[in-house]
Amino acid sequence: MKHIRNFCIIAHIDHGKSTLADRLLDFTGSVTEREKQDQLLDSMDLERERGITIKSHAIQMEYIYKGETYVLNLIDTPGHVDFSYEVSRSIAACEGALLIVDAAQSIQAQTISNLYLALENDLEIIPVLNKVDLPSANPEEVTDDIVDLLGCDASDVIPASAKTGLGIEEILNAIIERIPAPKGTVDEPLQALIFDSVYNPFRGVETYFRVLNGEIKKNQKIKFMATGKTYNADEIGTLKLVQHPKQKISAGDVGYLITGIKDAREVKVGDTITDAADPTKNMISGFENVKPMVFAGIYPVDTEDYEELRASMEKLQLNDASLVFTPESSAALGFGFRCGFLGMLHLEIIQERLEREFDMTVITTVPNVSYHAFTKKNPDDIIIVNNPSDMPDPTIMDRVEEPFIKASIITKADFVGPVMSLCIEKRGQITNQTYLTPERVELNFDMPLAEIVFDFYDRLKTVSKGYASFDYSPIGMRASKLVRVDVLINAQSVDALSALIHADNAYNIGKKMCEKLRELIPRQQFDIPIQAAIGAKIISRETIKALRKDVTAKCYGGDISRKRKLLEKQKKGKKRMRQVGNVEIPQQAFMAVLKLND
Amino acid sequence: MAGIYIHIPFCKQACHYCDFHFSTSLKKKEEMIAALKTEILLRKSEFANETVATIYFGGGTPSILSVSELDEIIQTVYENYAVVDNPEITVEANPDDLSFQTEKENIFEAYKAIGVNRLSIGVQSFFEEDLKLMNRAHNADEAMACIKEATQHFDNITIDLIYGIPNMSNERWLQNVQTALDFGIPHISSYALTVEPKTALDTFIKKGIVPEVEDEVAQAHFELLVAKLAENGFVHYELSNFGKEGFFSENNTAYWLGKKYIGIGPSAHSYDGVHRSWNVANNTKYIKAIQQNELPSEIETLSVTDRYNEAVMTGLRTIWGVSLTRVEQDFGTNYKKYLLQQAEKHIQNELLLLSAEEEDVILKTTAKGKFLADGLASDLFLLN
Ligand SMILES: Nc1nc2c(ncn2[C@@H]2O[C@H](COP(=O)(O)OP(=O)(O)OP(=O)(O)O)[C@@H](O)[C@H]2O)c(=O)[nH]1
Ligand code: SF4
Ligand SMILES: [Mg+2]
Repeated sequence: MKHIRNFCIIAHIDHGKSTLADRLLDFTGSVTEREKQDQLLDSMDLERERGITIKSHAIQMEYIYKGETYVLNLIDTPGHVDFSYEVSRSIAACEGALLIVDAAQSIQAQTISNLYLALENDLEIIPVLNKVDLPSANPEEVTDDIVDLLGCDASDVIPASAKTGLGIEEILNAIIERIPAPKGTVDEPLQALIFDSVYNPFRGVETYFRVLNGEIKKNQKIKFMATGKTYNADEIGTLKLVQHPKQKISAGDVGYLITGIKDAREVKVGDTITDAADPTKNMISGFENVKPMVFAGIYPVDTEDYEELRASMEKLQLNDASLVFTPESSAALGFGFRCGFLGMLHLEIIQERLEREFDMTVITTVPNVSYHAFTKKNPDDIIIVNNPSDMPDPTIMDRVEEPFIKASIITKADFVGPVMSLCIEKRGQITNQTYLTPERVELNFDMPLAEIVFDFYDRLKTVSKGYASFDYSPIGMRASKLVRVDVLINAQSVDALSALIHADNAYNIGKKMCEKLRELIPRQQFDIPIQAAIGAKIISRETIKALRKDVTAKCYGGDISRKRKLLEKQKKGKKRMRQVGNVEIPQQAFMAVLKLND
Repeated sequence: MAGIYIHIPFCKQACHYCDFHFSTSLKKKEEMIAALKTEILLRKSEFANETVATIYFGGGTPSILSVSELDEIIQTVYENYAVVDNPEITVEANPDDLSFQTEKENIFEAYKAIGVNRLSIGVQSFFEEDLKLMNRAHNADEAMACIKEATQHFDNITIDLIYGIPNMSNERWLQNVQTALDFGIPHISSYALTVEPKTALDTFIKKGIVPEVEDEVAQAHFELLVAKLAENGFVHYELSNFGKEGFFSENNTAYWLGKKYIGIGPSAHSYDGVHRSWNVANNTKYIKAIQQNELPSEIETLSVTDRYNEAVMTGLRTIWGVSLTRVEQDFGTNYKKYLLQQAEKHIQNELLLLSAEEEDVILKTTAKGKFLADGLASDLFLLN
């Protein structure tokens, strides 16, 4: 056990975690020349295309240090705030963490939040100053920033470049020297933590675990303590680039388990695996369930595809247990699902995965957060409102509460003004302002989560010229003053476009939504009025003028092919539209309504 | 019955709106004529079982060729193909080429002498302002003079008129139409000015030198035109074509009715009922290939769905519409069902209509739907 090291790589988005993992794998000879590729651990197509990590990824390496062979279990984690629960799970399986800081960007919002997650779990932190090869790198200053943040010594910070390979050996040596070997004893009953699970369509659910005490053997009768179910350990092994089956995995080590489970929901991440006959007395405290932050309806573009959509969502859920959904129906869109997401990026990713992995073109309705409503009749009973149409009528309503977050924004001193006015416009209240350095400021706000959903990221980026990072965590429900803004298209209310909005902003947002829809809905053969309304009161109106000419009335020879292809393309575009009443609404209009300031 | 289209890829100057294939350099004219004749010869086997009913010189500007050059090409067709008695032979001509006269020879009589029996004159407008804006090679006087003279020699004349030109008032547009009527022209092809990407017009509009072309204006002009020509006994037989009975363009009608045609010359398109092919749109490449007895063309085989889509697309542009009987015969009952199902919404909105004609049912655009014909057609399409 003293030759095992378990560590994760944590950082702000894009600071180079996955690329650094590549270098560690290279250096330890864990991948062959042929297997090499950039951000090797980002194995999903979507991760590769977007250049971001969505899911944590565990892999085992071997490294010879001072003549002795060590087993290093590495977990690469995502940096985006939507997936921070992945980080907390990974941390629970480790004794140490590499905290990567970009030498040009210095400490950012998720650097801090992920660091705190690691410290709460008593992880040994190895600070790595990455990207020192960049011309814009600022190694001295950023090292100072890290020293200030961690209270460590400047000599503890390892300068590195995941691009050139600088510092990789020092990092490996530090992992062995500074991160403690796992504790625990082999002689005790089996006690292992499930820190992740992956659905494999051929083999069922693969469970990733870390053994704390005892050992797990092939064909052992095991029990998942929280669910109480017992299984046969059909296959166990270690996670290399491909899986290596083993006969047993002992205390301190990390591995995978296959039991033939087909339903991913049976495996609760955070659960304790133990021996069925001789169970441990110490169940690990486990993780809180991940809570969805944002809700939206997902509907098939073609109503006939409802059943297929359900099947696709169920399969997707096997891969991504953080996706939750329940059936719902909309007057405008028919049957669909109300889905809960971890954030807006998660929502976007689900929509994209449905499209590319299941060939399902879907409409996503205007997202909202989860509100608590109370009626006058039963002022103590919470009504959970995940859909604007579930909001009780104002006449019977006692009060509403909405979720608040603590937002942390790190930006340059120059942008404090604009960032602050944006947050105040978004109903934020400043709670703290700390100068990390003379140029860099951390601002904290208490803010309604709903304001993040509406067009916050893009505007933050704009007002800070890209120099602001953002992180948040929920801080509970607070009283609010909400109204439902409905949108009428061609005099027909389209429930999928309704939004719950703070009363003070309703007029303004209603107006912008109408303007946006006027841009997004193509002209059709008749005038289309677009209205925003609160109850029966119309607060804004725009008109999409009728299409006057939709024909090539020009001279053309026999070039019929080109024209046919043009119209075929037009038809394809129309297939991505949903007819509501008489009006064809493009799929992307439902969501784009949120990008009001583009 | 089949048609031969011959593309003459030269123009004196480039009209600002034009995205057809042509060159303003006449250096390769001789070689081009030789190549056209070779292609006519090379492709004779394609029409081994067909009789040519129409010969059409389009462009570019066919009237750039001399009468004897046109004659050589016509003769080559006669030598290699079966041609009906009295084929329709059309030449597109620009007013500036038709204005020169010598005492001895009148160009119109010369055209007649080589068998040309239909003239398509690219007038576009009788107003100087419009002609300048579009950078046409002729002026308003030439336009008037040429039409006046042409009508002395030819009955079967069609002229092109463009509407929706920036700054063109409804009155001015109506005057253009009236002038054509006053000359007794029996056929008019009338097009909306269309801004094609990368044309000079496109650039000028983007830079703000020329005002935008507006759909509302084009639509108003179109409606005025339709009404005016109907009053004067013209049949609106295709979206952009109006003719008195007996003066419809046989050649163009063939395109819309899915008949076979061979297109000779660079950028020309051909159709044999199943395949569509098109020659390279480059004079040098075209000549080079033909000189080596090769056809510089790309070919595409139409699937049943492609042909259905084309039938819908072209049918909706004409008064003959889309015959449900033919759709059923040519493509099957499922296609007919699909067509009706897709059309339903537009029939309700009075953009399409079904009319019973001699044991057949025809799907057509209504007056309201005409100017939306492409969008309607694409709604009726089936995707492969
Ligand atoms: N110049 C330079 N570029 C680097 C270095 N390390 C990473 N990069 C680049 O930085 C970008 C982000 O790298 P990733 O490894 O995907 O970053 P990440 O931290 O894993 O990102 P997330 O998983 O999305 O949070 C990529 O374009 C890398 O090529 C480095 O040391 N030097
Ligand atoms: S004359 Fe005809 S082909 Fe030539 S540039 Fe003008 S519009 Fe185009
Ligand atoms: Mg990554």
